[in-house]
Formats: sequence, C-alpha cells, structure tokens
Amino acid sequence: MPYDPNLVQPMREELSRIGVRELRSAQDVESFMTEKNGTTLLVVNSVCGCAAGQARPGVRLALQSDVKPDRIATVFAGQDLEATARARGYFAQFPPSSPSLVLFKDGEVVHFVPRHAIEGRDAMNVANDLVAAFHKYCKTTAAR
Amino acid sequence: MGTFHHDRGALHGITVVVDTQGPRLYVGRCDTADPDGIVLLDVDVHADGDGGRSKDDYLRQVARVGHWKKHDRVVVATAEIASVRRLADIATD
Repeated sequence: MPYDPNLVQPMREELSRIGVRELRSAQDVESFMTEKNGTTLLVVNSVCGCAAGQARPGVRLALQSDVKPDRIATVFAGQDLEATARARGYFAQFPPSSPSLVLFKDGEVVHFVPRHAIEGRDAMNVANDLVAAFHKYCKTTAAR
Repeated sequence: MGTFHHDRGALHGITVVVDTQGPRLYVGRCDTADPDGIVLLDVDVHADGDGGRSKDDYLRQVARVGHWKKHDRVVVATAEIASVRRLADIATD
C-alpha cells in the first residue's frame, strides 16, 4: 500500500530538485526509455530509510562528478506502481530491488546497484561507486 | 531522510543471509531479531545442491545481483540458525 503522498513528497524532491526527471506513469517510462543512444541512470527510489536515505544523497554527490550519464530519471517504488513495473521491464534480468541504481549504455544495463549494496553504506560510498561507473561507461559531462 | 524503525533492532531493514545447521539458507530483509529467532521479509530459500549450486555458489550470485523473493515472510527459529550475516558482506568473486 502506498505511503501518504505528503510523507513521500520530500523524498521525491530530494532528486527532482537536482534535475532528476520523475517518471510517474508507465507512459512516462516508455517515452523516456525510447532514447537508447548514450547513457542513462535510472534511480529506483523508495521510502526505506535504511538504504534510500543514503541512495538519494549518494546520487546527488555523484552528479557533481565531471563525468555523468546523458540522461537521469527516477521511478518511485511502492508509490508509482505502474511506472516502476514498466521500468523494471528494462532490467528484468535482475531481481526487483528498491532502492536500486541502474546504469544503461545504448539500452543495455552495464552497472546495477541493488538495495543490499546500499544498506549500511554512507552517501559518499554510494557516490564513489556510481562515479566509478560513470567514468567507466559515460563520456558526456552534462545530464539532461 | 526516510522511514526508520529504531526500536526493531540493529538489523531491521537490512538484507541478511541466515545459514542454518542443515542444508537450508535464507536470504531476506530482517524485520526483527530476538532470542526466539529472526523474522525475514521478502525471502528466498536455497537448499544446498538445489539447481546444482552449493550454498556458496548461490550466495556469490545473490551477492552480485540480489535475490528473487519466494516468500513474503519466514521465521527462522534460533535453534536452527548457524549464522546471520549481512548480504553486503558476502564476497562476489
């Protein structure tokens, strides 16, 4: 059952205010994922404090890197159910995990960070892992 | 920022591996742990040798990508438990 939207709103804004595009519907996801060229970071957000509470600031720190994915978006697990289900269809080889971080290159998953790899780590560790993946797979410097 | 439940123990919300004295191994999100046992949510169960995989083989894969949920909730009694570890602490190599 989804949480109170008022509780969740600040967790949405923690990403949207740094330029991460929110995908609220399955159609939003379809439209966003149509573009396959280049690199895309998809953040599966969640209410969970144990992991998402570090994932969001980790993403924020990682996006300060000089190398970033071409596109960055987020779906909110447990809240935007259809959008999340549709998004997971693009990385269905991995077990559902929220929060999680998925980096695509030319439409293929090249880096996946499941929930358990976020739990117990601080935001800087999460960011360092992401930045290492950005340097390995991304060439551009500006997300849009 | 997020939802925390500090009264449920240090492992609450953490994905753990519960190995047993027997062939079974459980992977799930810890809800509560007390002297009677551990309550896991969104749980996968692997028995040594299932699918041709030992416990270690299974754990290496799960540590890389996560686990597929087979059960909403499982209670493992303390008498059954050999060890409880964070999944994040399992080496993937």
